[in-house]
Amino acid sequence: MSQQSIQSTADADQHSQPLVEVTDLKKHYGDGGRFSGPPVKAVDGVNFEIQEGETLGLVGESGSGKTTLGRTLIQLETATEGTVSFDGRDITKLTGSDLKQWRKNAQIVFQDPDSSLNDRMTIGEIVREPLDAHDWNSPAERRDRVKELLSSVGLQADHYYRYPHQFSGGQRQRIGIARALALEPEFMVLDEPVSALDASVQAKILNLLEDLQDEFGLTYLFIAHDLSVVRHICDRVAVMYLGKIMEIGETEELYADAKNPYTRSLLSAIPRPDPTIDRNRITLPGAPPSPRNPPAGCQFSTRCPAKIRPEAYADIDDDTWSRIEQFREVVRERTRDQMGVRDRVKRRLGTFSKYDDIEEAADDLFADVDLPAGITDTVDTAIEAVKDGRPTEAHDALTREFGGVCDTERPDMHQVSDAGRLSYCHRHDSEYDSVADTLADRSHE
Amino acid sequence: MQSTTPTADDDPRGESILSIRNLQTVFRTDHEHIRAVDGISLSISPGETLGIVGESGSGKSVTARSIMGLVDAPGEVLPESSIVFDGTELTELSADQYQEVRGSGVGMIFQDPLKSLNPVYTVGNQIREALRINRGITGQEATDVAIDLLEDVAIPDPERRLDEYPNEFSGGMRQRAVIAMMLACDPDVLICDEPTTALDVTIQAQIVELLQDIQAERDLAILFITHDMGVIAEISDRVNVMYAGEFVEKAPVEELFANPKHPYTQGLLDAIPGTSVDDERLNTIEGDVPTPNQPATDCRFAPRCPKAFEDCTEVHPTHVSVSDTHDHSTACLLYPEGKSRTERVEHHRSQAPADTQGGAQE
Repeated sequence: MSQQSIQSTADADQHSQPLVEVTDLKKHYGDGGRFSGPPVKAVDGVNFEIQEGETLGLVGESGSGKTTLGRTLIQLETATEGTVSFDGRDITKLTGSDLKQWRKNAQIVFQDPDSSLNDRMTIGEIVREPLDAHDWNSPAERRDRVKELLSSVGLQADHYYRYPHQFSGGQRQRIGIARALALEPEFMVLDEPVSALDASVQAKILNLLEDLQDEFGLTYLFIAHDLSVVRHICDRVAVMYLGKIMEIGETEELYADAKNPYTRSLLSAIPRPDPTIDRNRITLPGAPPSPRNPPAGCQFSTRCPAKIRPEAYADIDDDTWSRIEQFREVVRERTRDQMGVRDRVKRRLGTFSKYDDIEEAADDLFADVDLPAGITDTVDTAIEAVKDGRPTEAHDALTREFGGVCDTERPDMHQVSDAGRLSYCHRHDSEYDSVADTLADRSHE
Repeated sequence: MQSTTPTADDDPRGESILSIRNLQTVFRTDHEHIRAVDGISLSISPGETLGIVGESGSGKSVTARSIMGLVDAPGEVLPESSIVFDGTELTELSADQYQEVRGSGVGMIFQDPLKSLNPVYTVGNQIREALRINRGITGQEATDVAIDLLEDVAIPDPERRLDEYPNEFSGGMRQRAVIAMMLACDPDVLICDEPTTALDVTIQAQIVELLQDIQAERDLAILFITHDMGVIAEISDRVNVMYAGEFVEKAPVEELFANPKHPYTQGLLDAIPGTSVDDERLNTIEGDVPTPNQPATDCRFAPRCPKAFEDCTEVHPTHVSVSDTHDHSTACLLYPEGKSRTERVEHHRSQAPADTQGGAQE
């Protein structure tokens, strides 16, 4: 399914070959070693492409894997699986001098302009370093090139001999941009280039980036957590959550009519600079789960406001259901705990008591609601299992009873618009109600 | 809202819980005195949220620290300043008395929750400590109250979370834990210094909602400091725009966003990306925030102001009311509206205090 959809997007895009094409890319950390825990799945199977001259935005909360993805694209990290092709050539396999040659084509601007510049080098040395590393022309020409670069990012040639501490945050970011431009790359990863800056400085850097793109025909991957900035600068946007792309498509269309429940929640959470606006904010519960222990089904299922419920419980009121979901999350959290030897012995002897506080947690959640008998039984069984020190069993039992397709199966990428937008959600299957209807229904009650 | 002239800061209704007059905080260095906060006045009533917005370096955080009595040498709150909390003049208090106020009257939440939490104590331990010191609650009772507090800030499974260390909490939960610690002191005024800046939007939305709930429940007065116009629009009742140590515009939040009067406020609002669909370039404000090291004899925004004229560099603007219906004032030589340039300049010149001690006082 996903493969097909991606093919059709490619067709929709003026039939040109994309500059960057990412296929099933994965980056896992801490994989290997018999005694290591489960790996951190920072990027867990993403597919997308970037056309030449385009700006693709990559948004998501911290920990969603967007920075790792950006770094993997330009080979600062080695991909665990999957391919990144650049102009039709798979760069994940490049090594040695081939890799070094290729690096000229792809550069990165880092988030924090304070830590990405060496305080002991002059601005000239910093910007010249990539030229030195690649033995670009003669030293005199390099110096001229640096001065030219400084002026193209809005600094002055006599800044060449100054040190980074003499510059403000916005100016430092300009230096970082000049350095990235030195080797005339085709592709630039901008990793939160304006997050550390004030609004008015931010605006200047964004304008500069747009000018440079026009001037040098650059292709950008723009990583940000600020959705308004992305809306301003990007042609297309990919929304990431827990290592997976939840929705990807053209910017205006995606902002105007998001199809994925996560995108909708994220957009509704942006504070708008308009105090009169009457908004329907979706406040997501909790925080994203750890990428070491992601949910088995859809990555977003633990917080999703449009999660599919099993048939049998379709009629339960929303408040009760959200309490059940919270209880499941509490139990899921407990499965993460590693049990020590003493606890294991206690568990065998039946004197285990460390988890007795689960009862209080359940009381807090369910004290003032009337649970139907069937539900109470399942909850009680789960509480007993947790008290016995077997939270995993409890979690499985709860999933069997209350879990829907969102808990058990990974969704497919579905094409959700004529322009080739893709969204990762079970609700796009025709057998379920649409995301928009569900959210409207649930917010009414 | 208040329909009086800008002198509403004098608090004619006598309702305010915190009222600041002519606050001046200077940092003395070897070759200059930096006037980080230069003669600001404000007041907050219970249940109200006052937002302070401005770029970095405008003096927002120093304002917060001055109120909390946390300005250390070489910084100093000048003796002309007055900070009245609940009838008490804070600037005259001794260190011990100030500690008392910080414990029970005015609470503060910082940008980085990790710095407000001790990494080697459990969260429960730290909340119980706050309860013991500020309210004398100890033992099992303290544990119970701590559980209630964590529940109040919507941390799931609070009994268990009490025994966890700050590093086991996510960013949003840490900020909640810090808020719970503040609530343990049962404050009347909460000063929030960029409490959501380090958080993701979804978590930011949770925290803003939480603060609003707590405020409604406890009738808290909140002083909310941020550089994010979006957050300000969402949480504030009134907004003061700060620039180089002074307030340049004060207005109720709807009024400020609908009719920004000061060129600086207009610039800040224009620089926000992504608010419109069109692909035009973003407007920017040229230059940087200056470091004020002299008493103001001019408009500090003049060098960056697109509407500046020659008098702007010679006359220090004072606050003038710019709305008949709202409590809206701004310090700019373009106002009062409807008068000729000479009249306006003369108006500001006559208002300026003779000894030029002042910032933007009314």
